[in-house]
Amino acid sequence: MGTRQSRGWVEKIFETWFAACAYLSIAVTAGIVLTLVWESWPFFQQVGLVEFLFEKEWTPLFSDAKFGIQPLLLGTLMTTLIACAVAVPLGILIAATLSEFMSSRMRQVIKPVIELLAGIPSVIFGYFALIVVTPFLQKWIPSLPGFSLLAAGLTMSFMILPLIVSLSEDALQAVPSSLREASQALGGTVWETTWKVILPSASSGIISACILGVSRAIGETMVVAIAAGQQPHWTLDPTEPAATMTAFMVQVALGDLPHGSLGYQTVFVVGLTLLLMTLAFNFLALQFRSRIRKSF
Amino acid sequence: METSTSRRKLFNQLMKILGLLGLGLSLVILLTLIFDLIIRGGSRIDFNFLTSFPSRRPSEAGLLSAWVGTLFVMLITAVMTILVGVSAAIYLEEYAKPGPMSRLIELNILNLSAMPSILYGLLALGIFVHQFRLGASLLTAGLTLSLLVLPIVIVSSREALRALPPNLKEASFALGATRFQTLIYYQLPSSLSGIMTGVILALSRAIGETAPLITIGALTYIAFLPKSIMDPFTVLPIQLFNWLSRPQPAFHVNAAAAGVILLLLTLSLNLLAIYIRIRVRKSVKW
Amino acid sequence: MVENSKLSVQNLHFFYKSQQVLKNIFLDVTEKKVTALMGPSGCGKTTLLRCVNLMHELIPEASAHGKILLQPQNVNLLSDDMDPLWVRQRVGMVFQKPNPFPKSLFENVAYGLRLRGLKNKSELSGRVEVALKQAGLWVEVSDRMTHSALSLSGGQQQRLCIARALAVEPEVLLLDEPTSALDPISTAHIEEQLSEIKKQVTVMLVTHNLHQAARCSDETVFMLAGEIIEKGKSQKLFTNPQDKRTESYITGRFG
Repeated sequence: MGTRQSRGWVEKIFETWFAACAYLSIAVTAGIVLTLVWESWPFFQQVGLVEFLFEKEWTPLFSDAKFGIQPLLLGTLMTTLIACAVAVPLGILIAATLSEFMSSRMRQVIKPVIELLAGIPSVIFGYFALIVVTPFLQKWIPSLPGFSLLAAGLTMSFMILPLIVSLSEDALQAVPSSLREASQALGGTVWETTWKVILPSASSGIISACILGVSRAIGETMVVAIAAGQQPHWTLDPTEPAATMTAFMVQVALGDLPHGSLGYQTVFVVGLTLLLMTLAFNFLALQFRSRIRKSF
Repeated sequence: METSTSRRKLFNQLMKILGLLGLGLSLVILLTLIFDLIIRGGSRIDFNFLTSFPSRRPSEAGLLSAWVGTLFVMLITAVMTILVGVSAAIYLEEYAKPGPMSRLIELNILNLSAMPSILYGLLALGIFVHQFRLGASLLTAGLTLSLLVLPIVIVSSREALRALPPNLKEASFALGATRFQTLIYYQLPSSLSGIMTGVILALSRAIGETAPLITIGALTYIAFLPKSIMDPFTVLPIQLFNWLSRPQPAFHVNAAAAGVILLLLTLSLNLLAIYIRIRVRKSVKW
Repeated sequence: MVENSKLSVQNLHFFYKSQQVLKNIFLDVTEKKVTALMGPSGCGKTTLLRCVNLMHELIPEASAHGKILLQPQNVNLLSDDMDPLWVRQRVGMVFQKPNPFPKSLFENVAYGLRLRGLKNKSELSGRVEVALKQAGLWVEVSDRMTHSALSLSGGQQQRLCIARALAVEPEVLLLDEPTSALDPISTAHIEEQLSEIKKQVTVMLVTHNLHQAARCSDETVFMLAGEIIEKGKSQKLFTNPQDKRTESYITGRFG
């Protein structure tokens, strides 16, 4: 009666449950890595790394099957490049305008709008890409086919724009105001202050934001599955259709996948490639994030 | 010296205008896309559309199986994320000792929040569908999505717990309450709105997820309603995707209509979260 | 207007939202002398200082009414068509907490010069060196001009900020409690430099440290609740204050 012991064991159970839930995150990461490696292993035993990396065709379901990752990799890189070429400069410009030229009241109105736009599901952007962006582009480039890397890439740029704007604006706001005061007291205009002092000071955070944007673009699935094309195609021409790594995975998943077949395994192999790329970029972004704290 | 000053001021104005143009243009483009969706699909939405199953004929196809599937999947996802996500947040905020293990957990959460969603589908395919033999069911979908949005709930719940003033916690201990009692009777009820915000944001993300569910084998043509959590199913975004993939323009109209509904649901959830956040800020009770 | 007056403040009223922070300020600041503004917290001394280089314009809810005439140009710094850039080229400021840019020492001091379009390397180096000598920092840092400014100690950083302000050869230098965040040795160092600096530049110094005002300034202005209570030559004001409130403040009865 009244001892610690009598209440102890119920709490202990809950504590264990709480801890288990927290450690689940490690289990999930491990699960993803292990699942991908486990299911890909037989593929690499059969096909080999050399063909995987250097073969220029990806036709796993043909009778004379070829297993070169390059077409899918190229498709992913092309759409990512197009998306970032637009979203990065535009995003940083908008973030700088929001942070340095607009009053905090205006920012309080616009920031939620940006967050709302960031929440639009990617499948709806897929709709935009196919039904609005492609016909629009076809007015300017009449030879553009119904599916193209260009249309998907441009649409994706608007998808990752809110992310880059939001994170870059945070980075800029984190620069202490005393630096703005010092520059303006020396006669600097707002733009000069931004360009010469604030942007350089916030560079780590902004670079981190852009890397996360790249990571997001690489992993994006629905926009490219809907609008970029279904056939893996080794091309450097954005006006052509081609499948990305993620689009391929969706395509195969839509068909029937007998467990353990080579087709089933290719999904995991491509997934593994995607995972490695994403981990690399996430790691890079983290490196830049940690640099921020050191500069003030 | 004077002329170069006026040139610098002019350049300053120019950059300001350029930036505002960029902002305005981006907003206009995004709003145009949304309006196009509403115009094309809005008129298609009627009672029949919402209560019919998909069909080979676009004019007879409807969203019934899709939105019912979404509803069930969201329910399962919500329950799972609340049970697991809030628990994880509690552990990290209240029980974990700072050290390499907790840093590892936090690193993992951070990393998982930036993982392509399709990889969660692959994880689920390997483990839930095949290892656990759960098949392409509502349960699998709920589990998969809850893993996907777990980081969102964990981060929001942690913030909500952290926002509580520490002196009230001390007061609770001084009155003889245990850590656990303090948690149940004070901390959780007080941080409820922050936690709710997190769950709502998580659901708004989950509701639009397509790729992981396609990967686990959610079917795109379901002409029946699921009766148990082990049944096959479809959801709104997959139905949208399916109609979009058909060549007939009439199906594209259906897709637009589904898009309007999906957008409405997503925006409503987001606005709800924002509303709760604003209300909390205004009525700080302590 | 007094002869040798560099700045003539006339009829200055300052409002922040609906609150009046400065009331009917009349002040003549003598050229090439150090004028100290002192008073308890909230008396408006910093607000007055920040009007001179139009820093109050950075705050939308603030408004200043009246005149601040700059001599010999005889222009009103507060007039609506006054260009803040023009003013800040002639009136420099050093802040309470040192705020060097996260750049090299050289680039910090050269910042204002580069803004004005100066590109010639040798001219830049020359002016940077002169400014650092005026601020009393050159000897200590001449061999590490390419190092980050953040590698300096607090006192050194503040002297760097002084050099940065002096590099553009302003006519007036405003110092807003420049040593309140520093240790006594750095404080002494900076106070020493003031006697050199005032040979080239008119100095206005806001300080809450009575002794600093007594030590370093030629003229002192005592403020209370937004008004000037007493002003005059420092020696006279500290040994023989005319107003009772000045006397109370000096003898430490409040502050």
